[in-house]
Parts: sequence; C-alpha cells; structure tokens
Amino acid sequence: MLQISNLQVKYGGITAVNGLSLQVNENETIALIGSNGAGKTTTLHAISGLLKPSQGECLYQGMNLLKMAAHDIVARGIVHVPEGRQVFTRLTIEENLRMGAYLQKDRQLVKQNYERIYEMFPILKERLRQSAGTLSGGEQQMLAIGRALMSNPKLLLLDEPSMGLSPLLTQQVFEALYELKKAGLTILLVEQNAYEALELSDRAYVMETGSITIEGNSVDLIRDPKVKEAYLGGEI
Amino acid sequence: MPIDYIIGQLVNGLRLGSIYAIVAIGYSIVYGILKLINFAHGDIMTLGVYAMLIFMTMLGLPIWMVIILSMMISVCAGLLIERLAYRPLRSAAEETTLVSSLAVSTLLQNVLLMIFSAQKQAFLLPDYMTELHTIGSIHLSTMNIITFASVAVSLVVLILVIHKTRIGTAMRACSENLTAAKLMGININKVIVFAFAVGSALACMAGFMLAGEYKTVDPAMGFVPGLKAFCAAVLGGIGSLGGAVIGGLLIGVSEMLFAGLMPTTVTAYRDAFVFVVLILVLLFKPTGILGSRERA
Repeated sequence: MLQISNLQVKYGGITAVNGLSLQVNENETIALIGSNGAGKTTTLHAISGLLKPSQGECLYQGMNLLKMAAHDIVARGIVHVPEGRQVFTRLTIEENLRMGAYLQKDRQLVKQNYERIYEMFPILKERLRQSAGTLSGGEQQMLAIGRALMSNPKLLLLDEPSMGLSPLLTQQVFEALYELKKAGLTILLVEQNAYEALELSDRAYVMETGSITIEGNSVDLIRDPKVKEAYLGGEI
Repeated sequence: MPIDYIIGQLVNGLRLGSIYAIVAIGYSIVYGILKLINFAHGDIMTLGVYAMLIFMTMLGLPIWMVIILSMMISVCAGLLIERLAYRPLRSAAEETTLVSSLAVSTLLQNVLLMIFSAQKQAFLLPDYMTELHTIGSIHLSTMNIITFASVAVSLVVLILVIHKTRIGTAMRACSENLTAAKLMGININKVIVFAFAVGSALACMAGFMLAGEYKTVDPAMGFVPGLKAFCAAVLGGIGSLGGAVIGGLLIGVSEMLFAGLMPTTVTAYRDAFVFVVLILVLLFKPTGILGSRERA
C-alpha cells in the first residue's frame, strides 16, 4: 500500500532522515519506534506532504506522493494525526470534527462517521459546542483521532498519541487504536511507548539517527535483546 | 459646548471609525492566516477609488455599476499582489514579507502617481447622494447613511460567512494552525486567496466612502487612513474580527472628538493623537483589546 525507499529529508544543513525504506501493507498495523530525534516525526511529515524530501521515493497505491500537495494526499486517504494533537483550540469540538470532514462529499457517510466517533469517544458528544481548548490533553487526543477518522482514512498516520497522557488515558487511547485495527484500518504508528506500540502492531521498524536499524514482526522484536535494552527499559 | 455639537462629532467619529473598521478587517484576516502585515492594503483602496473615478467621470456609468466594477478591479489587484509578491515568499521569514509588502505599497503609489499625477482630482458624487437629511439635531447626507448601512451589512455578512460556512470555518482553522489545516485536506492557497479577495473588496468599499467624504482623490490618499486602520487592527487585537471593528470605532471616535473639542491650536495633531491612543492601549494591553494571549 505504502512503499518508501531511500528517503532523505534535510532541514537546512541537517539530515534528519537518511536513506529510510519501509513498507506498509493493506490492513497492517506498523509501529515505528526509536528515541527522540531519530527522525520518526520527520518521516511522517514527509509522507503527508508537510515536508519535501530531498531524495527518495514514496509510493502509495502506485502514486508518487512526493509530487502531491498535502491536501491532495489527504484526499487520497492518508490522514495524519500530528504530534501534540494540534486540535483547533478556538473552534468548537463539532467544528473540529467538521474540519476533519472537509473533503467529504457523501453526507450519509459523514453522518455515519459522526456516530462512530461518538460511540468510540462519548465524551466528545457531550461537549460538542465547547471550544476544543477547554478539553484535557487526553480528550484532545481523542478529538484529534476522531477528527482524522472524519476524513475517511485508508491509511492512518499517528504521531505519539500517548505523549503526555496519564497511564489510564494512554490505555484508553490504545483501546481505541485496537478497535480501529480490528475494523481493518491500516495504521502507521510512531510511539515512544515502545512496549504498547509493539503489543498493538503486526510489524515494527526501529529507527536510529535517520534510518531503520532493526525491522521485523512485533512479537519477535518484543523479545529481541537489543530492542529490549534500548527501548523497553531492560528486563520486563 | 452645546451637547448637539458633541453628538454630531460622535456620529462623525462613528462614521469615520466604521470606515477604518472595514479596512482594518482586511489587515486582520490576512494577518490572522499568514502573519503578514499587508502594507499595500491601503493602496489597494486608492486603486479602487481611481477605478471609480474613471468609471464614473470618464465613462459615466451608474453608481452601482461603478462600485461593482471597481471592487472587481481591487480584488484582481489584491490577488495579483498575493500571487506575485507574497506567495513566492511563503516560507520566508516574517520580516521578508513585510519588506515585500512595503515595496508593493510604494510601487502602487508611484504607478498611480505616474498615471494620474500628484494633483488632487475632484471626486463628485451624484447630487442625490450628497443631499442632507436631518434627524433630530444630526445632519447626515445620503452618502453618510449608505456608509453606516453598508458597514453594518458587510459586518453581519462577514460574521455569518466566517462562523457558518465551510470556507469561513476553514479560514478560522487556518488562522489558528496552518499545518493542522493542511492535514484536514484544506487547500490553504484557496483560503488565502479568499482572504485577500474579501479584504480587497472591503478596502475598495472603504475607499468609496472616504473619497465621498473628502470629495477629492490623490495617489497617496490611502496611505494615512490605511495606517490608521492598521492601528485599529492592532488596537483591537490583530487577527480578531471583532477587535478590528472595536479598534476602528475607537480610533474614529477619539480622532473626531479630539478634532472637534480641542482648541484649534492642537487639532492639527489629530493624526499624532491617534498614535498616542494606540501606544497607551498597547502599554496596558500589549495584544490589543480582544487579542489572544498566545499571540503575544
């Protein structure tokens, strides 16, 4: 579904992503883990068109994403939940969701999507007319995911959905992700919380200083001594 | 001092202020999205007025047609400026686009100067528009009434558009977080074009009102009112629509009260007075009256 080869992204003189290759197949959940500054977020930004890579290829269902503007990429079904949630704090929750459905023409489908999101995150339904700035961090994360689902994603890119959340809220957010996975959505997940991410995903890539160093099935990586030591905090 | 006179000045101030407000909205919506202070905005106003002059005195078209055609010309000019002078600098620093907008402003003034000369030209409205009406102790011309009415109507329409329509909500989303807006699938170029189009059309309308008031036009006529409208936008809290209106009215009223109530030896400093008001407000509220905290 998504095929990235030899991707290189530069910020001025600094190369943030260098020769990265990865593949996401349909209905797969892929985790991309690694420490701060490894280039995970940059990789997602390159996929969703927020950054223009200097080299490499990024094919999605045979289309070259690198030639497309960010809004065209959303129209093709790649939807990105950015790091730090980035909900529109001055808009109401309903308006945030409506912005998620910005490109959707099928009203019936939009209506179904609203219902689905209310079912998944009932708290959002209770506060539709409130401005999103009044939500807590966890609620904002739910809104950010809900807003992305309004765009009818075929491939969902998630950047650190558990960042800054309490263990309880992290659990809630991951429950939602399990649900999405069960519903057959293709997911590329970037996470600091490597253990949770490996539990959820089918396959995983470990990123270090701009490129992939380890890849494999998540069940294997979770037992891999190198991964264990570096990302899972030693013996668990 | 007779109370009627003060009320008269107050009405004059509100009228002038509502013109500033209309121009200030143009500054504010563009700034909200691009963080760009479009100094050419006041000159788009002048351009619109010259277009009116041509359509009205040279071609003798009816006034409604003059207004529509000049608005179209102003919108085209605004969009052309965005495309040629601002869009290529989209990823540049804020100071760079600021300099670019000053350059466009100077360029527009000088092009108008070359074509029409620095000579003031008469801007004469049809007689029925200058006819005076008396309501109680207040005297208003038809033009004055049109000014109040059209400002009120445009504000209501604009508020509805920004809060109720898809493009309006997208505009608010863009002005809060451009990156997140892109991730929603919003084509930000379309939203920016929309903001420039609305701003330029409003500037042209304001130009018509100002020229109707002064009864003359010259190539630099948009500069000082443009600057004051910019102050109004800053005073009210730049990026905020309500702020632009409040700032505009506040500046218009204080300017007129100053000009009308102070001894004639100091009234010549009315422009300076406006900037003193701006400085005083910003000293106490650096983000403006309705400015958001996060933009400090």
